[in-house]
Amino acid sequence: EGGPSARIREGDCAVLKRDEVFKAVSVLRRRKIIFEKQWFYLDNAIGHIYGTTFEVTSGGNLQPKQEVEETTTETKEAGTDNRNIVDDGKSQKLTHDDIKALKDKGIKGQEIVQQLIENSTTFRDKTEFAQDKYIKKKKKKYEAVVTIVKPSTRILSTMYYAREPGKINHLRYDTLAQMLTLGNIHAGNKMIVMETCAGLVLGAVMERMGGYGSIIQMYPGGGPVRAATSCFGFPKPFFDNLHEFPLSKVQSLLSGTFTTETLPADPEENALVEEESNGLTEEKQTSLQETEEEPAAEAAMEINPTEEQDTMDINAEDVEFKENKEKENKENVREKQIKQWERRKKLLEAAALLREKNADGLIVASKFHPTPLLLSLLEFVAPSRPFVVYCQYKEPLLECYTKLRERGGVINLKLSETWLRNYQVLPDRSHPKLTMSGGGGYLLSGITVVLDKGKSDCSNSEALKMEEPSSKRCRLQDLPC
Amino acid sequence: MSFVEYGDTIKDGDTAIVFLGHESMFPVKVQHGTVTQTKYGVIRHSTDLIGKKYGSKVTCSKGGWVFILHPTPELWTMNLPHRTQILYSTDISIITMMLELKPGSIVCESGTGSGSLSHALIRTVAPTGHLYTVEFHQQRAEKAREEFREHGVEHLVTVTNQDVCKNGFGVSNIADAVFLDIPSPWEAIGHAKSALRAEGGRICSFSPCIEQVQRTCLAMEEYGFTEINTLEILLRVYNVRTISLQIPDLGKAAEDNSSTGFDSSNPSHQGSPCANLQQGTVQFKSGVPLREVVGHTGYLTFATKS
Repeated sequence: EGGPSARIREGDCAVLKRDEVFKAVSVLRRRKIIFEKQWFYLDNAIGHIYGTTFEVTSGGNLQPKQEVEETTTETKEAGTDNRNIVDDGKSQKLTHDDIKALKDKGIKGQEIVQQLIENSTTFRDKTEFAQDKYIKKKKKKYEAVVTIVKPSTRILSTMYYAREPGKINHLRYDTLAQMLTLGNIHAGNKMIVMETCAGLVLGAVMERMGGYGSIIQMYPGGGPVRAATSCFGFPKPFFDNLHEFPLSKVQSLLSGTFTTETLPADPEENALVEEESNGLTEEKQTSLQETEEEPAAEAAMEINPTEEQDTMDINAEDVEFKENKEKENKENVREKQIKQWERRKKLLEAAALLREKNADGLIVASKFHPTPLLLSLLEFVAPSRPFVVYCQYKEPLLECYTKLRERGGVINLKLSETWLRNYQVLPDRSHPKLTMSGGGGYLLSGITVVLDKGKSDCSNSEALKMEEPSSKRCRLQDLPC
Repeated sequence: MSFVEYGDTIKDGDTAIVFLGHESMFPVKVQHGTVTQTKYGVIRHSTDLIGKKYGSKVTCSKGGWVFILHPTPELWTMNLPHRTQILYSTDISIITMMLELKPGSIVCESGTGSGSLSHALIRTVAPTGHLYTVEFHQQRAEKAREEFREHGVEHLVTVTNQDVCKNGFGVSNIADAVFLDIPSPWEAIGHAKSALRAEGGRICSFSPCIEQVQRTCLAMEEYGFTEINTLEILLRVYNVRTISLQIPDLGKAAEDNSSTGFDSSNPSHQGSPCANLQQGTVQFKSGVPLREVVGHTGYLTFATKS
């Protein structure tokens, strides 16, 4: 993990940064990286502290940027306004070829910018602010710098929102920040996480838990996607208490009919799974209980039917070849068996954790309609614990709210979104930035309470009338609650 | 129970939250033999609270009921006694994420104020981190210490009674993050820098006025901070309501005998959703914004120590 001031190591997942643009990359030697129209190798960065800013040399190598005194706009010439400045595209005397020649000579970006300023006929007529803006713009274009930063929720959530919002259901980073706090995510929790945000939300939860406590990730389909999670660079022990459980088994778990007989299809395991459904289940089960060579022999007979076909075709012609192939197959099958057995074991562990129905919180952020997820997954959460559901759209959460009211066992329901605005702060030029995100998604949050199976907490007006003084009766007309 | 660790049952000495209904709750110190008055009647701690599960429904003497909740920094923020204006969870959330706080982080904060942010920071850095919080008002500093003790988190926080602009945070070169919510943050930037670890530490300054922000950004630049970024965040809450809108009477077409203007036999109206022609209303669910919302709390400026 690396404590404060960690150093860049080979194999790390690092994030390249230039101004407001981020990109996650693997730190590998001799691997060409393209970033912000620059091509370079990361080799020279290895060993430096995260946060270091590098310059890209003409050879495509990185070298730490020297701290240079800014080309100070001393009391240089400047105009008062732009009334006489005509934008005819002819004010820059250097041509594309001239600039290219400078670049090829290996002239540093800073020097190129200086050249551009000197060769601009209108520069000294611009106002100081316009000059400032001009220099910033040219620097951005010609100074080939890149900073290598350590991944964190802040960095990755900003990156994903800017680069691949579709992968995270347009979950804006401030909305994610709200989820982590509203959900009281902290070390020691037993969390249930259901997300289809490439593993970003899972990573954020893991970061706030610091390796303490446990997480059960619910997943659709064959397995959880954790592409973003690996970017965080968590140390291995963080994953010891990370479990996963398939959504497709939730109903059976809730109704008490859960079994590990049919696991969700795993591409590698497909062959074995097919055999199971061919009625070989019983034999498989007994063989899994033993860990000796015995079952391998049994399993050898359950080899993938097509492989068996092959070996039989080759037949007596090459008995030795057949024997070697069988041995190889036995090993492969045994390996697959062990993997299968491990998967089963993990699944049973996750199921056992869920069955305790004492999770400290629930986080949902997925492309699915939130209502069925909430209604089922809340069953696994202890009373007096927070839950937070994210949805890109408001309407499904309206329905979810209503269904939760009907179900009961939840209080303090709140439907919200956050409004975020960035500012430019400069002397005499402070104002909100020109572009803003139109929407960062919506959250529905609440707290669980002991579920009264007979009556819900608010919507059952009969129960209310019996139990409480009239001041608390919900008015039927205006059903807020 | 503690603010940094969940417990299952209510114990003597706990701080619990009594929830009466929509947005109505208050904290209570659980103690043998004590009673708490609510508008639904009396709650007797010894019989009604101690030993019960958090999240339980408790019936009060007059017959009404309440829920007893496990405290969290968020619930505390909504219910703590104000000694100063406080930060609410919306700002706290983005501060926590942008300062990259997590278990083990060392954070410095000034001013402590009413301890709203402090509780949230302590929760996030537990069990191996620490909060160094500086408050120049002697009574507030003492009240904060008392609360941290009562809430079982005193081992995670150090309260120092001094002026951060003159004497800093009392630590140097170890903090992962510094947070400032003081009238003149630009006077504390230098101290913040020395409290932060050598490379990569994060700083945040919260100021209601843009002029304060301008001076602070300038100071950050002068002290060599990079990635200086100012933002503001606001919460928009929606009330879920079932709304009924009346269908207007547009009269009848010349040869038409139908009773309402909204004629279902007219092909052009076939697609109309949820129309209840008997009652002449359309019902739908809506997320209705509140009438009055918070329009501004303060500007948040973040930066990185280079």
